[in-house]
Amino acid sequence: MSQKKPEKLIDENDVRLDGRKLNELRPIKIEVGILGNADGSAYIEQGKNKILAAVYGPKEVHPKHLALPDRAVLRCRYHMAPFSVEERKSPAPSRRELELSKVMREALEPSVFTEYYPRTSIDLFIEVLQADGGTRCAGITVASVALADAGIPMRDLVSACAAGKVEGRVVLDLTDKEDKGGEADLPLAHMPSANAITLLQMDGMLTGEEFEQVVSLALEGCKQVSQVQKEALRAKYVVAKEAEAEKEEVEEGEE
Amino acid sequence: MVNIMASRVRQKRIAQLVSRGKRLDERGLTDYRTVQVEAGLIERAEGSARVRLGKTEVLVGVKFEMGEPFPDTPNEGVLTVNAELVPLASPTFEPGPPDENSIELARIVDRGIRESKAIATEDLVIEPGKKVFVVFVDVYVLNHDGNLIDASCLAALAALLNTKMFNYEVKEGEVKIKPGYKPLPMRNYPVAVTFAKINDKLIVDPWLEEEQVMDARLTMTVEKDGKICAIQKGGYGYFTAEQVFEASKIARQKAEEQRKLVVTE
Repeated sequence: MSQKKPEKLIDENDVRLDGRKLNELRPIKIEVGILGNADGSAYIEQGKNKILAAVYGPKEVHPKHLALPDRAVLRCRYHMAPFSVEERKSPAPSRRELELSKVMREALEPSVFTEYYPRTSIDLFIEVLQADGGTRCAGITVASVALADAGIPMRDLVSACAAGKVEGRVVLDLTDKEDKGGEADLPLAHMPSANAITLLQMDGMLTGEEFEQVVSLALEGCKQVSQVQKEALRAKYVVAKEAEAEKEEVEEGEE
Repeated sequence: MVNIMASRVRQKRIAQLVSRGKRLDERGLTDYRTVQVEAGLIERAEGSARVRLGKTEVLVGVKFEMGEPFPDTPNEGVLTVNAELVPLASPTFEPGPPDENSIELARIVDRGIRESKAIATEDLVIEPGKKVFVVFVDVYVLNHDGNLIDASCLAALAALLNTKMFNYEVKEGEVKIKPGYKPLPMRNYPVAVTFAKINDKLIVDPWLEEEQVMDARLTMTVEKDGKICAIQKGGYGYFTAEQVFEASKIARQKAEEQRKLVVTE
């Protein structure tokens, strides 16, 4: 609470409350294909954030009049569970959630070859089970992996990460406390292959110079996130394929 | 009747012109359309202003109510921004509950005012933790011809600067209205500058047909000292880091120009 004496978010050795350095991400863990019914799914833990993403489609559009003749419609729903935050959140979608659904959809759509699936819809559901700042970024990161898991052709994975300014310092991947107590938060989503920034938002106060520093740091963060995404997909698909190939080799050897 | 969609030929023409550094309405790439600001049109409102940006027209009204502060900010008044895409403003606007476009618009206007701390909200407290003024900023889009964001932000700022608070005194927990008015305490003046990306080039203040051609949209809100206080990217395309940095430089310069239209200090 702002009334109490504010806690120091960064100590004199540049160490943050959770022990991270200024330019350090929270530990990220991504699991691929964990939901039975979805065409593609993924789960991410980034610090205390726990988020599920599921993809259904390409499938017939309901209601039908929303269908586009030349491409698929990508629909995205970002939603927070009532128990995901300190004070219970009403399950009805808030204005914030509606806005985030829109910007997340716009962050992911440049990566998807929607023109391959005219008259269909690709529905994306992002459920925040536990939130601790940076959920839109973690949500985009995990949703992009879920799209890949659904086998939807994509130009690149979209990786997202926030950077900002806390107690006068430029920091990476803000927690909820750092976001609320800090001076600025800038979420950014990036497709590395096209050097494309697909989501950019900011609230707070930054000079022009600080803005460039924060964007550069967020881009660095996105690169690291991208590695984790690729490893997670490899862990499911390449490792599984290798295991299969090995098994075949062994069988051939036996013959 | 306006065309909802520019024809393919026209869309192509707009894009071609932009790549040659020109625009269909003969503006430069970073020029705004003519801006007209009129303040105080609605007497019933505590503050109001209408901004015309080319043919785009936005009316903003400010109303006060007494209410409770948020529990985490007991010593601050409350700001609420709402935007209505009124059906009379465009054949594409439908009556009904706010859609994601109007919610996004309201939230961009809100973020600029809130993050730049434009309103001195601590001066709106009647009884700390119990009773404060709630400032309602209602954005009313009357004619949609592109770039609703910049028009709405400018109209909101002009309306807030036009807002009068009634004098009051507190007697035994009751608020008594006294004669006379004072201006709403303001200490910052955020101005939004919106870019559209067409053929990999940035243009300022896209009008409706340019919005139909654009790949993506980027809004930067700049406060009075030239700091950036809010950013929002929209649309299905993307920006490169270089374009974002370029936009931040142009935005600071353009915001300064636009601010002079409503702030006279």
